[in-house]
Amino acid sequence: MQIQSPAPPTPPTSPLNWVQKNLFSTWYNSILTIVCLAIIIWVLSSFVSWALTAAQWGVVGANLRLFFVGRFPPELYWRVWTALGLIIGLAGICWGYIVRQSPLFSRTILFALGVIVAAVILLPLELSARLWILAIAIVALIGYGVGRTLPPSISPWLTPAWGLVFIVNIWLIGGGLGLTSVPTNVWSGLLLTLIAAICGIVLSFPFGILLALGRQSSLPVVRIFAILYIEVIRGLPLIGILFLAQVMLPLFLPPYFRNLDRVLRAIAGLVLFSAAYLAENIRGGLQAIPRGQYEAAKALGLNSPLVVLLIVLPQALRAVIPAIVGQFIGLFKDTSLLALFGLLELTGISRSILAQPQFLGRYAEVYLFIGLIYWLFCYGMSTASRYLERKLNVSN
Amino acid sequence: MKLQKLLRDDRFWQIAGQAIAVLLVVIFAALIWDNLTYNLRQLGIQLGFDFLRVQASFDIGESLIPYDPSNSYSRAIFVGLLNSLRVVAIGLVLATIFGLVFGIAQLSDNWLVRRIAIAYVEIFRNVPLLLQLFFWYFAVFLNLPGIDNPITFFGSAYLTGQGVFFPWVEIGTGGGIWLALLLAGILGAIALWRWRWRVMVERGQAGNQIWYALGSILGAAIVAFVLTQSIPFRLSIPQATPGQIEGGLRLSPEFCALLAGLVIYTSSYIAEIVRAGILAVPKGQWEAARALGLKPNRIMQMVILPQALRVIVPPLTSQYLNLAKNSSLAIAVGFPDVYFVASTTFNQTGRAVEVMLLIMMTYLTTSLTISLVMNLYNRTVQIKER
Repeated sequence: MQIQSPAPPTPPTSPLNWVQKNLFSTWYNSILTIVCLAIIIWVLSSFVSWALTAAQWGVVGANLRLFFVGRFPPELYWRVWTALGLIIGLAGICWGYIVRQSPLFSRTILFALGVIVAAVILLPLELSARLWILAIAIVALIGYGVGRTLPPSISPWLTPAWGLVFIVNIWLIGGGLGLTSVPTNVWSGLLLTLIAAICGIVLSFPFGILLALGRQSSLPVVRIFAILYIEVIRGLPLIGILFLAQVMLPLFLPPYFRNLDRVLRAIAGLVLFSAAYLAENIRGGLQAIPRGQYEAAKALGLNSPLVVLLIVLPQALRAVIPAIVGQFIGLFKDTSLLALFGLLELTGISRSILAQPQFLGRYAEVYLFIGLIYWLFCYGMSTASRYLERKLNVSN
Repeated sequence: MKLQKLLRDDRFWQIAGQAIAVLLVVIFAALIWDNLTYNLRQLGIQLGFDFLRVQASFDIGESLIPYDPSNSYSRAIFVGLLNSLRVVAIGLVLATIFGLVFGIAQLSDNWLVRRIAIAYVEIFRNVPLLLQLFFWYFAVFLNLPGIDNPITFFGSAYLTGQGVFFPWVEIGTGGGIWLALLLAGILGAIALWRWRWRVMVERGQAGNQIWYALGSILGAAIVAFVLTQSIPFRLSIPQATPGQIEGGLRLSPEFCALLAGLVIYTSSYIAEIVRAGILAVPKGQWEAARALGLKPNRIMQMVILPQALRVIVPPLTSQYLNLAKNSSLAIAVGFPDVYFVASTTFNQTGRAVEVMLLIMMTYLTTSLTISLVMNLYNRTVQIKER
């Protein structure tokens, strides 16, 4: 028998109490607090005074287009906006579907809405850009609303839907098949960063899965090849692999491919690199599947390939989603290395902007700005993935 | 019938699968080799490492060993390798210290300290290292005031756009004996420290390990003084004269930027690892240690860290490997590391295959060495089952 005792009384917390408890509990804590305060005030005040007086933010405003879409032809911007709209719309549907049991307007959503409204009003954008952002925000909201009403039977269709969006977006941006084609050498700015990172992770999936299965295989020869590939790639710096892709890939291919364009070469390098790391992540998932699953599937009469395909892989992939998100964030940051090979992704284009005579020496402004862009993406993705993980775990 | 039986046999498929795998790899390798030889013949390039003996005829900004452009490519690459190893070695030590400090600070009971540590980790982990390197190099270290009006610390250390100068110990004649003996003294100090630590833990006597360790080093110094009859160390403090700074140790802006970027980026990851490791120690361990009356720093040293290390060391190893690999980004700030020198070599000679092999060999060796050392260390911190 358990005796229900009333919860202990919580002492009233006043701000003064809180300060005393969290900042000045002991003498050394007081010293630490004062030192930290002094450092924060010094850093913030010197940063603010630099940002307001010495810094010339004109370089950011004047090149906003270059940062985001680079040299993409302006008359085709609608295709980039549509691609973005598709992603955000589907993301809205998925989000709404996942949080369908939570209240309609949580703090996060209201906050996101506020940020979008503020961005539309405050940023120095053209009217068309503002309208597009507004339209995309509405699409996201509609998607969110639709997602909340979807029945659970929809969930197997969400992954193929993302695949479809990926293919449609590549078509929208690259052109062909009825659209004016946009050569890869004008893909630049944040657009190229995103294309490279997304293509890198998506295209490395088949290789990663094969390598992971190979490494877990009971066939010694297959296992040795898989281990050799994974460990060699993981032992090399990415810059070396990109060097390999840029300089040596054309040598490895038939002469017909001698002039394979630089963007494709870079993506090939990212795929080679990412596959090895993905394989290690997926292997973690494969090892987490209990033996009983294999044995039960075998007992049902499935043959080995079907056991892997139907029983083991779906569970393993599901278990490693957080690790794959982490890897994607890493790859997103790593695309900055393409700048060292003359590609004009976000880092590369800011270097070419800084090389223009009128913007000479504006390093701090430009690097802080694109640092902020990278940071928003990476921090946003890691926060969202942590949130989703919690949500999905609760609903299971 | 027989065929059907064969097709259902697992052993057949195992052998067939491996044969197919070998065949595929062989075909793939043959295709690549065929294309490679064809393409190289077209370009008029031969394979072979004899070009390494040719005169390099390019200059290297900084070097630990004497080097000039008339030296061979192999010496140039060796200079680059030494530069890489220097930045990696210093980077590993500093990144560990920073990571440990910020990792523990994330768990501080001081709200402000905690927030600062979390902000540090979240800011530097989520921005590409390459961008951070550009920032440190172009926006910070090259932007420092010129050598005529440097930023001065206590009249003995200078920050300038031409480099960072600070006091350094210069070693004169007889320094070899001193260094050897001091090394012996330090090793002795570590041994004594561990012995006294065991005495303290097992018998509950006062450890006094600090005094034993200091005694060992001091003893070594006295022996060295008696042997050489001199103290061959001289503190060299940089002196600012108009137009130049002399003496002390100069670190180039390239080196500083690379080191700052690598250390800050890696330490933000290490801080997370340390935090997770400490959190992985059950709460009961803290409470039990407190109940035994141990002081807070003793709890950390004797109860928490030894257990946290088991969780910390494996991911720490992979961060160390990342730091070593990321040092190849030196090319972004113009620091002549091994990748930079190798890629200059490629630009001059066009020997893509050989240069790539050299780069692979270097990094795979470095990675293997680091993981070997860390695995040995890992074995000492893991639970020993009796």
